[in-house]
Amino acid sequence: MARPENTLAFDGGWEYDPAPEATDHVHIAARYGLFIDGEFVRPATGRYFDTINPATEERLARIARAGTEDVDKAVAAARKAYSGVWGRMKPAERGKYIFRIARMIQERAREFAAVESLDGGKPIRESRDVDVPLAAAHFFYYAGWADKLGYAFPGRSVKPLGVAGQVIPWNFPLLMAAWKLAPALACGNTVVLKPAETTPLTALKLAEVIADAGLPPGVVNIVTGAGDTGAAIVEHPGVNKIAFTGSTEVGKIIQRALAGTNKSYTLELGGKAANIVFADAAIDQAVEGIVNGIFFNQGHVCCAGSRLFVQESVADEVVAKLKDRMETLIVGDPLDKNTDIGAINSKMQLDKIEEYLKVGQAEGGTLHQAGGRVPKKGYWCRPAFFTGVSQSNRVVQEEIFGPVLAIQTFRTFDEALEKANNTPYGLSGGVWTDKGAKIFRMTQGVRAGVVWANTFNKFDPTSPFGGYKESGLGREGGLHGLDAYLKPGA
Amino acid sequence: MAGAADRIPVAKTYKIYIDGKFPRTESGRYFALEDKKGRVLANVCRSSRKDFRNAVVAARKAQPGWAKASAYLRGQILYRIAEMLEGRREQFIAELKLQGSPARQAEKETDAAIDRLIYFAGWADKYQQVFSAVNPVSSSHFNFSVLEPTGVVALLAPDEPGLLGLVANLAPAIAGGNTVVLLASEAKPLSAVSFAEVLHASDVPPGVVNILTGYRNELTSHFASHMDVNAIVACEGGRKARREIQTLAAENVKRVVFRRGTDWTTADAANPYLIRDTQEVKTTWHPIGV
Repeated sequence: MARPENTLAFDGGWEYDPAPEATDHVHIAARYGLFIDGEFVRPATGRYFDTINPATEERLARIARAGTEDVDKAVAAARKAYSGVWGRMKPAERGKYIFRIARMIQERAREFAAVESLDGGKPIRESRDVDVPLAAAHFFYYAGWADKLGYAFPGRSVKPLGVAGQVIPWNFPLLMAAWKLAPALACGNTVVLKPAETTPLTALKLAEVIADAGLPPGVVNIVTGAGDTGAAIVEHPGVNKIAFTGSTEVGKIIQRALAGTNKSYTLELGGKAANIVFADAAIDQAVEGIVNGIFFNQGHVCCAGSRLFVQESVADEVVAKLKDRMETLIVGDPLDKNTDIGAINSKMQLDKIEEYLKVGQAEGGTLHQAGGRVPKKGYWCRPAFFTGVSQSNRVVQEEIFGPVLAIQTFRTFDEALEKANNTPYGLSGGVWTDKGAKIFRMTQGVRAGVVWANTFNKFDPTSPFGGYKESGLGREGGLHGLDAYLKPGA
Repeated sequence: MAGAADRIPVAKTYKIYIDGKFPRTESGRYFALEDKKGRVLANVCRSSRKDFRNAVVAARKAQPGWAKASAYLRGQILYRIAEMLEGRREQFIAELKLQGSPARQAEKETDAAIDRLIYFAGWADKYQQVFSAVNPVSSSHFNFSVLEPTGVVALLAPDEPGLLGLVANLAPAIAGGNTVVLLASEAKPLSAVSFAEVLHASDVPPGVVNILTGYRNELTSHFASHMDVNAIVACEGGRKARREIQTLAAENVKRVVFRRGTDWTTADAANPYLIRDTQEVKTTWHPIGV
């Protein structure tokens, strides 16, 4: 591929001294029980599992595995807290508890960030600058809604649902806990929350904060475990609402499992977002946006810009620049402040990504993967993209959930839009162009819940997030995120 | 001089409504709708899965254009439907009576149906302002959330009231830019077919509303499982039917709305949240700066 003139050479000439984040302020217990009715308790199952650091493959702690009996206890505690305290509390007082959680997360932000990177493998820069501050902001935002809910539903009175069962993923462990807990609590519900099996630690740290904040026992219960624990929550007759973030496959199973019950549900599922770059875009900015879109958080992002569509006339330039930029990304120690791409979250996920790297090549795609060394231990994937792929290829249609981008080209606006929408998913999208009218025509045309124009992967507590089509239903965040936790009625 | 008895009235053939046309069911099957005395009022189309699929194709084809129509235009078209219904008020009252409604109730229902159309005609260019938001994000971006139609809506209309129940659920779906495939009341299907004629005379583009008659227990599973349907609104069905609907709907993560047990004659049963039920929220981010 021809390199455009007057571009910098990126030949790996840059070396950075390590700048690791300290962990001496971090306390991780050897073993964690279940947080039920305001205290940590041993699981009735008597069983524990390891949570490991994916960058070293070393065990961080032993985590309780909740069985159906434990889930029963958690739901009973949540029910008691709902009817006894939380559901009756003055909304303004409820709000004050939630404000307090936000403040205490801010105070312990350094610890939360380090634990998040240790347990999940994400770069400390992202934990520190994105996950933890956004989690605190989310509690702060919804805290203020607690005594103002009537203003959000003109002409209708609303009331809480009761006990909410919440199952969250491993890609943004603390932030997803915040997205789930904050609106549920503000609306007057109590909660049984299950963090992901590979990343339970920050949720358990959050349980400490919740206890320290003095929330009445049982308002928030956190039960750790694997898929069977999640299923026990989903199927529990004492739960009024299920909120799930995870794969589309599991989302469908949950929607089916809830059929015939009166439980309400919101699902935030997979994605395969189109990131569309027009020839008139600011190309260097677009390249940064592409990098942020797909390589942020190792590509473990449901709204990742995993399909790139470049207008044909600038395709060579964009691909060349992207390739250069990709070579500069630093893969390695998540705690190092220089690191751009941390560890892949688990062995299972790494296997899945590597499988897709093979599938894409077998389908005829050309793989471009950054060079460079990765640590010997731990789970790593150097950033990569495919060219020469087409709409029907699996790497174009299926969610890889890793740092792997599929690049295609287009000539006309209509072609770009049609290709962008040619997917069962509809979570997010991106458009890069200098023309305002073109932006809005594209953002209107893309069938997705969040569309970024000349930016990508931006999040905010005030901004609703959620999918069209098979990317899920319901919204989290903002005014619209309140719907998920209320029903009509005085 | 010819007496009244010398002229034989021309009876209407009740057909279904797909893509702006009035075909018979491709199945060639009918069921006889009888009055209380057992006299056959009409042979009603017993629509098949194929009819439903044809209707979905028409609805999908019509959807982008209808969604793109201005809110003002959608409102005017809904208003036009009301005008046409008002003009045929006597016919609808007579038809409801024929299907078993007491006279007073038939009148009230027809009038309420007309008024319900006016109500949603007025909402067409307002619900967006009530339900959308500009979001004060912390970064330097202009961020806003708007409602967009979810797409093709499959609607199982309530049995009662035969006309008003249909209108009360159809109007909010199309006011919001969706296109609809609707299964009429099994008890009072004639009103639905006549209502299709009203739609046809009201500048509603072909395919925006498609009306089938038939047996709910034959068609529900197809309504719920079709992969090109975005949402299903079910106004009838017990626990077993609801389980079936949601189980099949999960195949493509349909939005499932159950509206059983609503009294559609009350004022409470008309609100903009019925529009919002079949809307998606889209959030757009745009940087502020150069």
